[in-house]
Amino acid sequence: MKPAPFQYHAPRTIEEAVATLARVAPDDGRVLAGGQSLVPTMAFRLARPRHLVDINGVAALSRLVVENGKLCIGATVRHAAFERPVAKGPLGELLREVVRHIAHKPIRARGTFCGSIAHADPASEWCLVAAALGAEMVARSARGERVIPAKDFFSGIMTTALQEGELLTEVRLPLLSADTRFGFCEFNRRAGDFAIAMALVTFRLKNSAIIEPRVAISGAEATPRRIAQAETALDSHAPDAKTFAAAADAAAKAIDPLDDENTSADYRRGLVRTVVLRALERAAT
Amino acid sequence: MNETRAVKWIGQSVERLEDPPLVTGRGRFAGDINFPNQLHMRIVRSNHAHGRILSIDTDAARKLPGVVAVWTSADIPEVPPIDFREGPIEKLAPYRQPVLATGMVRYVGDPVAAVFAEDAYVAEDAADLVTMEIQELPPLLSAKDAPAEFSPGRHTEADILRQGYGDIDAAFQKAHTIVELQLSVGRHSGVPLETRGAIGRYDAARDMLQLHGAAKVPHRNQELIARMLKRKLTSVNVFESHVGGGFGIRGELYPEDILVCVAAMRLGRPVKWIEDRREHLIAANHSRNQHHKVRAAVAADGEILAIDDLIFHDQGAYVRTHATRVAMMTCGVLPGPYRVPLAYRAVCHFRLTNKTPAATYRAPGRFETSFVRERLVDAIAHKLKLDPIEVRKRNAVTVAEMPFKRPLEALGEEIHFDSGDYHKLLDRMLKEVEWEKLNADLARRRANGEMVGVGFAMFVEKAGLGPKDGVNILVDSTGAIEVVTGGASLGQGFETVMAQVAAEMLGVDYQRVSVIHGQTDRISHGIGAHASRATVMTASATRVAALNLREKALAAAAELLQAPVSALDIVNGEVVRTDRAGGPSISLGQVAAAHGKLEAEGWHHAEHQVYPYGNHLAVVKVDPGTGGVTVERYVIAYDIGRAINPTLVKGQIAGGCAQGLGGALLEEFTYNDNGDPLSVTFADYLLPTVREVPDIEIILTEDAPSPLNPLGIKGAGESGINGVGAAIASAIDNAIGIPGAVTQLPVTPQRLKAIIDAKR
Ligand SMILES: Cc1cc2nc3c(=O)[nH]c(=O)nc-3n(C[C@H](O)[C@H](O)[C@H](O)COP(=O)(O)OP(=O)(O)OC[C@H]3O[C@@H](n4cnc5c(N)ncnc54)[C@H](O)[C@@H]3O)c2cc1C
Repeated sequence: MKPAPFQYHAPRTIEEAVATLARVAPDDGRVLAGGQSLVPTMAFRLARPRHLVDINGVAALSRLVVENGKLCIGATVRHAAFERPVAKGPLGELLREVVRHIAHKPIRARGTFCGSIAHADPASEWCLVAAALGAEMVARSARGERVIPAKDFFSGIMTTALQEGELLTEVRLPLLSADTRFGFCEFNRRAGDFAIAMALVTFRLKNSAIIEPRVAISGAEATPRRIAQAETALDSHAPDAKTFAAAADAAAKAIDPLDDENTSADYRRGLVRTVVLRALERAAT
Repeated sequence: MNETRAVKWIGQSVERLEDPPLVTGRGRFAGDINFPNQLHMRIVRSNHAHGRILSIDTDAARKLPGVVAVWTSADIPEVPPIDFREGPIEKLAPYRQPVLATGMVRYVGDPVAAVFAEDAYVAEDAADLVTMEIQELPPLLSAKDAPAEFSPGRHTEADILRQGYGDIDAAFQKAHTIVELQLSVGRHSGVPLETRGAIGRYDAARDMLQLHGAAKVPHRNQELIARMLKRKLTSVNVFESHVGGGFGIRGELYPEDILVCVAAMRLGRPVKWIEDRREHLIAANHSRNQHHKVRAAVAADGEILAIDDLIFHDQGAYVRTHATRVAMMTCGVLPGPYRVPLAYRAVCHFRLTNKTPAATYRAPGRFETSFVRERLVDAIAHKLKLDPIEVRKRNAVTVAEMPFKRPLEALGEEIHFDSGDYHKLLDRMLKEVEWEKLNADLARRRANGEMVGVGFAMFVEKAGLGPKDGVNILVDSTGAIEVVTGGASLGQGFETVMAQVAAEMLGVDYQRVSVIHGQTDRISHGIGAHASRATVMTASATRVAALNLREKALAAAAELLQAPVSALDIVNGEVVRTDRAGGPSISLGQVAAAHGKLEAEGWHHAEHQVYPYGNHLAVVKVDPGTGGVTVERYVIAYDIGRAINPTLVKGQIAGGCAQGLGGALLEEFTYNDNGDPLSVTFADYLLPTVREVPDIEIILTEDAPSPLNPLGIKGAGESGINGVGAAIASAIDNAIGIPGAVTQLPVTPQRLKAIIDAKR
């Protein structure tokens, strides 16, 4: 439980951070954000980075602002920041609802939103939010800056489109219109654990029918994603039990669940039906 | 003015004496113990479940700066395997665990090499550099599978344990009905917050070996270390510091304890080892893992005439300090509170597998057998369409039958239930929970579509194993009282309880009493703290010692005060005259000063264990969409005989219950087909948290004090966990409306959802 030796770097600016990363990333250098995923894996020596670039001292990375209809979340913004609504309207409420399912209080005080996105655990709530709402990831490196849409970002279990030497400086979430409804549901065995399956849905109602449905799931598959089949089952339908059941069934059918020694694919598929249904019911009330 | 009435301390929920350092961050746990110039030890463990060691390469590790030594078994040929606590057992000797793996590795976590270095980081870096070549062999992972070769000429079934009475075949022929079940209890264990720790220290000038960080059974470990290392008993001392939980697993003698001792002597420097959590989950004792094929011969009215149980006990890779104790206990205690008049047979196949070795964990053999027995009773009730409560009442031993002898044994003694009114306690609980109303409420909720249910378990505990314990009490010239015991404190409030007993007998404030435990250099004998013994045995001895001291003090004071002993009493530390108000008095400190020293010894001898008893009741809600279970309510009724400190008793019960809920619903050491452990962090070995545990309601009664000790004490430590698996299983059956659905613990959501879905 003692990490292997590493060199520690503490840049003060984004430019310095990116320059340091450019230098040490090829020599197994890694960004240290909240450390709530990285440090435990180092303690187990499953990760043995040779360099750590600690971004916690970079003041410019702590911004949390609404700009051009988007909520911009800087790389050192902690999970706990979302325990109060950070944006007007449904987005702030949605983030507040979701955040209380992430880990435990001490971890939320330290872990970062962007760290979760970069880490890309298949059961990360923030990754689900990013996939559901179509987040944009802003990546900076010595080569410059690029913006990666969520659908291109998550490429597998704990793998993303971020390249060597790239720092995720912020994530941008589009604000939600005032009449957007949302519902979130996850199942885990104990409060605070990573979920075995979770679903986030949003939709609006027009003439008592569902429009702009989004149904995203995570935990059950390698990466979080929207499930088109479930969205189709909702689109233009009345928000009633029959519609919701059809969408939940469609989601359960459409997924390719993870299968591991403790949790079977079958069980995950069943859970997806349950969490999608409950997320929809919550959105409707 | 003298206070003339003696204060009663026994039975009072006084505050714990041990708390001030603990709640102000000044506790001293194994990790806090440091000696100048100490080395740090790191264990290199096998990553293979089963294999032959072809070679171990320690060269690179030795070369790392800061490394002092790297040992494999070849470096310590004189050190024998970890021996059995109760002495040599020839038949089991070949299955003992070598201190470092010799020739074979038998589970993932098996210690293969030990690194000694200047600091813990270097030690771990060096451990990483030790490489080994292992010829892999197929792992054996279930006790239900046929035994395989352990070593040439010896197979993995180390023993078969048997207990029983009566003619089984005849009884089953007579039966109106036969009920048969197959049940399993998963692998789980006590997981104290403080992991293990051991600090070895050798004083060459006095030829004195010390082991710090001991727990549970310091004197037994002193004896065992001396035996293994061929040292005089008086040249080994063992010291207990604060202990962050024991639960039966902490404090046994493990390979790491011996290694720090040997290294301290050979390297001439203190050696410290602190276990990390991953190590703890794969290297400290596991427990519970059993399969039962059980059948009962039953009369038409639900009377259980006979029980026949075939048990497969998964011992893991080696036989540790406890030998076959858990398996033997399982065989002996299965019938619990029920009479089972005609015949009983338990046959337990004690089998080694390529998993972490197993031993005792809080209520060993009882958590398992209560699950099996109470499942059986529920099944009988269902099959005969009888009320399960009625079936229990019909079978439970009555107060008129006490003391009740049963030709079975627990911990080497024939089982004699000393006292108890099982029916009275059952009625009390049913009344208190408003049984009829509770069931009506649940039925109404079920009719509204909720999956809710109630479950029940009845059990008898055992406590206070003899044969004897002795305590010394001293008073110094300041009037401070010291009670010197060979007990141990694992956090249960040992000091407070002993102080209460001493204080009441002596006539002093309990806060004036300090209690010594876990220091083998202070007293030459001691039983430690296990098997719910401490309060029964050590408090009874404390009582005798305090009474003896009182007699001495009064005799001495009588001389000093020129008064007859019969006219004296001790009140709040002052010897006073009871025949005259405002007469002369003298403090115990003054008596001690005048007398040179005031000291007494006291012993308690126990011929038999005591048998407290209780009931558990659980209300659960099942979520059919996920298979998740919420425990809505948990009630425990328990007759303790005599509660020295009711708050501490309730703390024991509530804490035990929380652990039981872990074993019933969450905790499980699982392995993949290669024998790799899958539960190596707290993210995969799921302990219950405050969110998963409801407030435990406790009905504590003192209806049946034990006739076997003057205070009537019975034990408290294991009652909270005993019936949890049983009650939760029963409640889940009831909630989902499928009798007998639960056959395996823990009831994971995945398993439960499969059961519910299969029925739909
Ligand atoms: C007990 C426990 C329970 C948990 N439960 C949950 C849970 O229920 N849900 C959940 O989502 N998470 C959970 N977590 C994880 C937690 O949310 C982490 O905080 C999060 O996954 C990572 O954020 P961090 O800031 O701590 O990142 P770090 O641990 O510092 O880094 C994680 C990884 O991301 C990289 N990284 C971090 N920031 C950047 C960046 N800006 N640019 C590029 N790379 C970067 C690091 O190099 C590293 O590889 C849990 C953690 C623990 C210890």
